[in-house]
Amino acid sequence: MTAGTSRAPARSPAHAPSASSPLWRATRARIGDELRMFWREPAAVGFTLLFPIILLVLFGSMFSGAVAGTSVSYSQVYVAGIVGSALMSVGFMSLAIGITVEREAGMLKRLAGTPMPKAAYFLGKIGRVLILGVIEVVLLCAIGVVMFDLRLPTEPGRWITFLWVFGLGSAAATLLGLAVGGMISSAKAAPAILNVPFVVLQFISGVFVPDRMLPDSLQTISAAFPLRWICKGLRSVFLPDSFLTAEASGSWQHGTMAAMLIGWCVIGALLATRTFRWVGRER
Amino acid sequence: MGRVAGPPIGGRRIHGLVVSAGQGAPHPGWVNQAIRVQGLRKCYGDRKVLAGVDLHVDWGECVALLGPNGAGKSTTIEILEGYRRRDGGAVEVCGADPATAGSRWRAQLGIVLQDSRPSDELTVTELLRQFASYYPEPRSPGEVIEMVGLTPHAAQRAKRLSGGQQRRLDVALGLIGRPRLIFLDEPTTGFDPEARRQFWDLIRSLRGDGTTVLLTTHYLDEAAALADRVIVLAAGRVVADTAPAELGGRHLAAATVTWTEHGAPQRETTETPAALIAALSARLGGEVPDLGVHRRSLEDAYLELVGAAA
Repeated sequence: MTAGTSRAPARSPAHAPSASSPLWRATRARIGDELRMFWREPAAVGFTLLFPIILLVLFGSMFSGAVAGTSVSYSQVYVAGIVGSALMSVGFMSLAIGITVEREAGMLKRLAGTPMPKAAYFLGKIGRVLILGVIEVVLLCAIGVVMFDLRLPTEPGRWITFLWVFGLGSAAATLLGLAVGGMISSAKAAPAILNVPFVVLQFISGVFVPDRMLPDSLQTISAAFPLRWICKGLRSVFLPDSFLTAEASGSWQHGTMAAMLIGWCVIGALLATRTFRWVGRER
Repeated sequence: MGRVAGPPIGGRRIHGLVVSAGQGAPHPGWVNQAIRVQGLRKCYGDRKVLAGVDLHVDWGECVALLGPNGAGKSTTIEILEGYRRRDGGAVEVCGADPATAGSRWRAQLGIVLQDSRPSDELTVTELLRQFASYYPEPRSPGEVIEMVGLTPHAAQRAKRLSGGQQRRLDVALGLIGRPRLIFLDEPTTGFDPEARRQFWDLIRSLRGDGTTVLLTTHYLDEAAALADRVIVLAAGRVVADTAPAELGGRHLAAATVTWTEHGAPQRETTETPAALIAALSARLGGEVPDLGVHRRSLEDAYLELVGAAA
């Protein structure tokens, strides 16, 4: 701890306040460090990015026949489903667990003690989800194309559908992740608390088991949650319309889908703004 | 930029300030005060943690907040930092109420929390660069790393640092924003004696720059070495507010002189130790064998105060 350096009274020009706004400066720093931290944690990279890839390769190879009454193979259905659940994993699971860990380590308290605009923290999380989400979609689609004859759509309309399904789906997942990360106080308990509903939702939302094979009651439950709509939206992007014969309602239901996802964004945002805590509970 | 009136560096050493701080009318010189607290109260459920705390810190001062565990030190400091809400009383830090102040107010503060060690995947330099981006006028990461003595570990990930090194990083994160006022909550816990001395030098050099310091500590030698004033909290109240040398009136107490004469240890308690030593020296012909002059230690005075309040 050398004392001398702190005596320099002059402010060197290098440290002059930059012209960019505090929010932008802080957001840029947060997004960069969010990604840096993610890549340095092998467990997170493995669970969030690699696990869906393993699942796709596994399920896609095991069940490769055509879905009854359609020309689409199960493996292609899995591409859409697993992209959907990967978005949930990146947005919801990884975010919520990460927040509980950061709170328990005192990082959130430390950040709250700086002039960092609070929005920068949340924008950093959103940036992380979007960037990792895009990477994951590209990886899974590449595997779909190479291993399972997935044909990427050529019509612009389908890519527009992809953009809003990806955008709204990621937004809903992120906002819910922030909300739940705000509510769970123990970092140790978080994975256990979150994994149970997540795995159950994956099975009833058409990720591994096509909708039509599920009892009505389970379809009704899954229709209340965002994952089913994200997966269905992705099927409407990547699978031909001839697959509609195998869809629960015989149509892509884009209107209901958008409404449900927007609804979950609103719920997530309301919850997050009410439940988010920077500091653990007071004694 | 963004700095209000500069700290009045002259005349910051105020000896023997009386306990009356904040009782009744506000201090006449309050504009010179970085921190002003009057009648601060806080309960956790039924447990009353702060029962009317009055204190102040002048700009440029270094004040140590002492007290046993559970006396309310951390609660007080976290209310001043804006982390906790008070149940009553008036609080002003850097001219604003911490309960409502915004990010421009925070830019003036440096906060080193108790027991929060950065255990991050980021390196020391990366963490400091990130935190620097939050402040309008930060120090450079390299400068702060050198100040806290982490230069050899600048490229190491925070979680791989030793406990003492993580604590230094904590201090570095508190300094990166070039604070006018820094809060240090038990900053040297886990330091070895050498690191503690280096930390003291760092605090002295910050003082030289006019930084105002409020620290809590359990080490009385630390308070004596760094603080212009010590404030002792016990059972949620201020029981003393004075220069370290005068705590519990120990500068007024008689001294005990010890020496060896006729092969036996001797001791005498006196108000005028110098006169006694001069007499001894004359009697024994120069050097006085095993000469010692003892006053009540800071620790004695502290324990007496805290014991009386419990």
